[in-house]
Amino acid sequence: MIAALVLLALVGGWELYARLGGVSDLILPAPSEVAQALWDDRALLWSNLLVTAQEVALGILVALVLGFALAVALHLSGTLRRSLSPLLVASPAVPVVIIAPLLVVWFGFGIVPKLAIIALVCFFPVVVTTLDALRGVDPDQLKLLRTLDASRWQAFRWAEAPAALPAALSGAKIAVAVAVIGAVFAEYVGSSEGLGHLMLQAIPQLETARAYAAVVLLAAFAVALFGALAAAERRLVPWARRRPAGARRS
Amino acid sequence: MQTRLEAPVQEPRDAEEAVEVDGVRRRFGDLDVLDGVSLRVRPREVVAVVGPSGCGKTTLLELVCGLQAPDAGTVRAEPAVLMPQRDLLLPWLRAIDNAALAARLAGLGREEARARARPLFAAFGLEGFERARPYELSGGMRQRVAFLRTLLSGKPVLCLDEPFAALDALTRRELRAWLADALVREPRTVLLVTHDVEEAAALADRVVVLSARPARVIAELPVPRPRDEADVLAVRARALEALEA
Repeated sequence: MIAALVLLALVGGWELYARLGGVSDLILPAPSEVAQALWDDRALLWSNLLVTAQEVALGILVALVLGFALAVALHLSGTLRRSLSPLLVASPAVPVVIIAPLLVVWFGFGIVPKLAIIALVCFFPVVVTTLDALRGVDPDQLKLLRTLDASRWQAFRWAEAPAALPAALSGAKIAVAVAVIGAVFAEYVGSSEGLGHLMLQAIPQLETARAYAAVVLLAAFAVALFGALAAAERRLVPWARRRPAGARRS
Repeated sequence: MQTRLEAPVQEPRDAEEAVEVDGVRRRFGDLDVLDGVSLRVRPREVVAVVGPSGCGKTTLLELVCGLQAPDAGTVRAEPAVLMPQRDLLLPWLRAIDNAALAARLAGLGREEARARARPLFAAFGLEGFERARPYELSGGMRQRVAFLRTLLSGKPVLCLDEPFAALDALTRRELRAWLADALVREPRTVLLVTHDVEEAAALADRVVVLSARPARVIAELPVPRPRDEADVLAVRARALEALEA
């Protein structure tokens, strides 16, 4: 309810500013023009949204799987952790624009370089949240499992992995916004379809409203994806949300 | 079934004692925790260890469970399982699956493991809570499930580390009676650590009193069986006397 009011106020302010503020609609189209573009170009926008949505969803999935696996490897091996940590922290600082052309050279113009870029910008939060959760497992819990004759693998399977799963999903939720930006970047560099590509073409064609319509779709998609991940979290890890209600008394 | 160990402090044995701790010393850095503690527990005997906070009672249990090795002295014990102060139930498992955890770890399938745990749920007043998740249970209920998990490990020695310390006074009394009853139904060798002298006197066959850190045994008090309120109070008084001396 409040979210709707805030959105309404924002759109209203934008409309007023665009109409009365003396800004060219080539620079800032009014929301009404954007809405018009959304309707007029719906077929074009929709087909390109599908392309970008697929890239983002798959890219996050790749980041989730790789990030989880890397976090587990780092958790299990101190040597690996010490040797890879600086690289890991440095990785999201590498501007995507710099390496994107290289990825295009390697993988061409298909979906693979896009997935690589999205996964690259997304996997860092997944690794960090997962690793923290793995290291946060109660040492007493692991002791208890040892007295129940659990092997290292079983301790991972029964205590550590279930604790890390909700953290990995949280990491993926954090990654949603950067994933969308990553996809747009990837399409800027080398693509013949997708909303990023559409925007890149719309601006020089003086179709600013269409570019903004693409932005609106991207934002809506990010919100939907975030909601989907939250739903997956509720389904896969129902205990995680209930933790506070079941707070320990000790 | 041997506890997984870093050092071979546990050997299967056929001697009379289920647990035999001899002149054990343990230090952490500069801190002397155990200073020559000796202790014996016969099979099916319930021994309570009392002592001031921080005197190394938990360390003693971890030595018996093979989670630590002594710096000096010997620890020989039949396979022992630890029930820690906090229930440490796995939040992602239902109550029955938490109780049956040892069976799952031993390689049994879920239904088979549950079938082993189910009769105990009925016998120990947990019927109807099999499918509950830990966060849906009260503190006392969680502790009961944790005890079943300990019992179902199938190990001859149960090491209970302040099992009721996290509970409120009322629940604690209730659970004390419950545990006494449970041990009558399923007799086991029990090493119970507590700082509550009355609890020790109410549950144990023998109360071992440890001094403040570095801990040594300063008194061993047998509790008559069957006991009445007066016996419990008498043992309690003697234990407190030893602690204050």
